[in-house]
Amino acid sequence: MKEEYSVGTAIKKGDLWTRLSMIFFGAGLFGHKQKVKGAAVFLLEISFIFFMINTGIARLAKMPSLGDTDQVEVWNEAKGVYEYTAGDNSLLILLYGVVTLFVIAAIVVLWILQMKQSYKCQKKLEDGQHVPTFKEDMKSLLDGNLHITLMTLPVLGILVFNIVPLVFMICMAFTNYSKEDSHLTLFDWNGFTQFQRVLSMNGNIGQQFWHVLAWTITWAIFATFLNYILGMILAMVINRKDTHGKAFWRFCFVLSIAVPQFVSLMIMRTMLQPEGAINVLLTNAGLISEPLPFLTNATWARITVIVINLWVGIPYTMLQVTGILQNIPSDLYEAAKMDGAGPVTIFFKITLPYMLFITTPYLIAQFCGNINNFNVIYLLSGGGPTNVGDTAGQTDLLVTWLYKLTIDQQYYNLGAVIGIMTFIVLSIITLITYRNSKSYKDEGAFN
Amino acid sequence: MTAMNVEKAKLNRRPLRKRVGNFFVHVLLALLAAVWVLPIFWIILTSFRAEPGSYVNTFFPKTYTFNNYIRLFTDRNVLNFPKMFGNTLIIAVVVCIIQTFFVLSVAYSLSRMRFKFRKPYMNMAMVLGLFPGFMSMVAQYYLLKSMGLTEGSWIRVALIIVYSASAGMGFQIAKGFFDTIPHSIDEAAIIDGSTLWQVFTKVTMPLSKPIVIYTVLTSFMGPWVDFIFAKVICRADADQYTVAIGLWNMLQKEYIHEWYTAFAAGAVVVSIPIAILFIFMQRYYVEGMSGAVKG
Repeated sequence: MKEEYSVGTAIKKGDLWTRLSMIFFGAGLFGHKQKVKGAAVFLLEISFIFFMINTGIARLAKMPSLGDTDQVEVWNEAKGVYEYTAGDNSLLILLYGVVTLFVIAAIVVLWILQMKQSYKCQKKLEDGQHVPTFKEDMKSLLDGNLHITLMTLPVLGILVFNIVPLVFMICMAFTNYSKEDSHLTLFDWNGFTQFQRVLSMNGNIGQQFWHVLAWTITWAIFATFLNYILGMILAMVINRKDTHGKAFWRFCFVLSIAVPQFVSLMIMRTMLQPEGAINVLLTNAGLISEPLPFLTNATWARITVIVINLWVGIPYTMLQVTGILQNIPSDLYEAAKMDGAGPVTIFFKITLPYMLFITTPYLIAQFCGNINNFNVIYLLSGGGPTNVGDTAGQTDLLVTWLYKLTIDQQYYNLGAVIGIMTFIVLSIITLITYRNSKSYKDEGAFN
Repeated sequence: MTAMNVEKAKLNRRPLRKRVGNFFVHVLLALLAAVWVLPIFWIILTSFRAEPGSYVNTFFPKTYTFNNYIRLFTDRNVLNFPKMFGNTLIIAVVVCIIQTFFVLSVAYSLSRMRFKFRKPYMNMAMVLGLFPGFMSMVAQYYLLKSMGLTEGSWIRVALIIVYSASAGMGFQIAKGFFDTIPHSIDEAAIIDGSTLWQVFTKVTMPLSKPIVIYTVLTSFMGPWVDFIFAKVICRADADQYTVAIGLWNMLQKEYIHEWYTAFAAGAVVVSIPIAILFIFMQRYYVEGMSGAVKG
């Protein structure tokens, strides 16, 4: 059924109109009683051709070199000042080039679609079936084709503001765009040089990368599993039969979610400074003689961010697992109690396995979220403390390092490489855990 | 006398060990709750503190004042908070409308309809989700710049676009919820002659209040708490700053001494509406989540 309306058969078996639409988009639709649609498609083709002649071709032509005219300082006799002649801006050339490539891809898709449609209409006419009128097509947008109406705008948003920028940044990874040697306006392709720099164990950047990667994974493991287990225990303690004032306790913990994360994190940060509230209060109480180096010593800082992250994360876990915990069949518990299992055994033998089974997708999402957990690190420790000469601090994750490299340092190429590396790490983790999880094997297919 | 006896009898029914254990559980809970509530309590106290600066010797302020709040909403010279508040409110309302529509539309289509593009779309969303968000941030800035949206009040439009553009990828929770609504309800409506659009708006939506509210809530909150995209796109244009950038700036070295208590007041002001909304919507939040996991 699908094969019947492929582009190949459309060309082979198409009549004059259908074949004509290989060159004139929409001709097949126009000739097969779909005049409005055909005209619209043809208009799109015309505007595409105009676009290509006007700017598109010139832009593509510059893509391989990324421009070669440097910006030059020229003495302007008349005004008596130095002026800059407009040189090529490689960044814009690359950006517009990528956009043009996407426009071309879109027109190819349009071509395929209209070929298929033309042939479909032709076939319908030949079989004496009814070809939908424009009005009927419009109506179907609210019925059988509702997904087109609903999804066009969101997909367009994702395409223009997510995929295009992403492709652009991936291209960046293969250039020498960087503030180093001031390759900021005019830069070139340089293949895998930056990847080699990041992955090599010898250079400064490479060493920092492996360091940051190791810490990122350690952090993600601690942050995810500590939050998960402690949050679950908290939920169980609150939901115990003998606990009084369940709603009150829950309220206390939920209050911390209700305060925007960046506000509470910034408060924590000021409280944890050497002269911050916590140190002052502890000193006044006579418990310590010197301020504790919460965020200034590497090991302290690492433990601090993990602990503060518990403060942020446990209430979320508590909220989210409460409902699932109550769904655990109670006969499992009763059977275990009959066999004389204590609360610890019950937790590790029944509750935890059951929860892991149900919430594996949630855990994976949490793990990925923690690898990309920009807020906690950036707002709390800012990645610091940082060794002299390094761009990455002792608590920097790949994401925060990426942010520093691109926004603060303007090493776009290195930043892009780090981004791609983050992606690779995440995909590997997701693939391995997801494929091995029971919930994937059992209900992997969506419905 | 009899009342006491009844009390005693009640207590004796449970073994002593269990009662002691139960007591300690409550002590532990109280301690933990204190740890969680303390920072919030601290910031509320600070917002009423008269002494300036972030470094203090006592937990409780020496003198209380309401001036921090007044200053926050009247001092327009250095950090124009009222303006930032207005900016953020406008952006948040528009983003909330667009994003809610996008998320629900995509989630409904993926949950209820079957089309060729469906599976590829879900895979694409998953793959895109694995890239760090900031990676595309710089490129987004240049794209918006080439559209002329990074100057003056166009920045607001740019921020609205940035916040709502990726809404279509956050469909998982809503889709999980829609998946739990029985298909037979839709079918009944279709047999009665409804179009799918009518099913979507008149059948599914009324049944999905929790997830609609959840989506509205999260999308409204986004612009209030994001300062990274806002910073990159606003650059130095202080007129367009959002609340999050303003609060962030108050804690920078040059402002912190003078603005710390005002920051606390600002933090309270921003948190109150979000907190109220959240506490009311908590039930829906949990329902939305458990729907997703069950689905």
